[in-house]
Amino acid sequence: MEWDWAFVVQILPTLIEGVKITIIATLLGSVLAAIVGLVIAIVRRSKNRLISMPMGFVAEFIRGTPLLVQLYFIFYVLPDLGITLSPLVAGVIGLGLHYGTYTAEVYRAGIDNVARGQWEAAKACNLSPLQTWTQIIMPQALPPMIPALANYFIAMFKETPLLSAITVLELMNQARSIANYNYRYIEPITMVGAFFLVISIVSVIGLRWLERRYGKID
Amino acid sequence: MGQWAGYLQLILDGAVVTIQLTLMGSALALVMAFIAGLGRLSRIAPLRWLATAYIEFFRGTSIFVQLFWAYFVLPLFGFSLTPLQAGVLALGLNVGAYGAEVVRGAIRSIGKEQYEACIALNLTRWQGLRKIILPQAFVLMLPTFGNNAIELLKASAVVSLISLTDMTFQAQVVRAQTGNTLVPFLTILLLYFVIASVISFAIRGLERYLTRGLDGIRS
Repeated sequence: MEWDWAFVVQILPTLIEGVKITIIATLLGSVLAAIVGLVIAIVRRSKNRLISMPMGFVAEFIRGTPLLVQLYFIFYVLPDLGITLSPLVAGVIGLGLHYGTYTAEVYRAGIDNVARGQWEAAKACNLSPLQTWTQIIMPQALPPMIPALANYFIAMFKETPLLSAITVLELMNQARSIANYNYRYIEPITMVGAFFLVISIVSVIGLRWLERRYGKID
Repeated sequence: MGQWAGYLQLILDGAVVTIQLTLMGSALALVMAFIAGLGRLSRIAPLRWLATAYIEFFRGTSIFVQLFWAYFVLPLFGFSLTPLQAGVLALGLNVGAYGAEVVRGAIRSIGKEQYEACIALNLTRWQGLRKIILPQAFVLMLPTFGNNAIELLKASAVVSLISLTDMTFQAQVVRAQTGNTLVPFLTILLLYFVIASVISFAIRGLERYLTRGLDGIRS
């Protein structure tokens, strides 16, 4: 079977439709993951073990199970409990929750990296816990986290094809429907691969820049 | 109650396939990680380029796309794979690319004095690597290898989409036959978590075994 450029040109508009959904899902998923991760990280730091322990277990559980199954769970089980979500919303929630457990670890490392003296100084200055977090800790903890967070957002971007399994019409799903309709697999699937490869190479260059700009934490 | 036993049997059959995939995929990933990781540290430039190309390619595209490519596109070039072969190939090559960076990082983190000691003892490069560097580096790689194995286990759920009867596939079958969604999906989530816990427990045990008697020596 041969590579057919005319066919590539013909399917390109449909693939671009898919790219849009892929990008939307990644962006929304990233925002949700950033928020969920912060919540998990702060709750896990709680001194009350009745709060921190269950949260730790839930985070470990989500991180230890496949995203695909979690997506099925959100998409198929929640409607039975009376919560019906559109495929895209279900996908974004799945991505955000799953990667939130990863970003939580980034936040944890970043917060631990802030020197103890800063906490003590905040206490000495009689700042409230909220002021301590927003004025002292987070401004110092955030910049070194940026490259690590970006790394997970790129990883999330590469996982968006999973959303096709819950009928989101993103890039992979468009490619599969083209492939099944025309019975030509080589061009659509290869195009999807090439697209992800290009974006990922570009983002690696961007990541290097972020690391130089903000430093990095391990 | 009797019918649930049948469905549970179906899911456990799927668990066997998932475990098979994880073991075979991890074995391939381990081999690829060492080949590509050592390749990146080679003195021969083309070998370095080859290893870098492999790593960037497989880390740059998602496992899902690679699996579909292996299953649907490779046959067009004359390589027909069964779903299980395609799954092991895609999972092993993908996770192997991540593992290669772990191998490289661990080997490079071994102190310079160890390499100098190898030269002082007149060991060949290969002897030094095998007897001095790798035994120390391998212990450093283990925790990340454990995480990679868990990532592989999780990624293996994707093979259900190329009609391999793994745990996720069987859960979908149960869902289609019973109309019940909560029980099958909750069951497999728990099973995945149990398998992941077993992997991390085993890796921790292996790490303890390999570092026995080294307390205080290893930083």
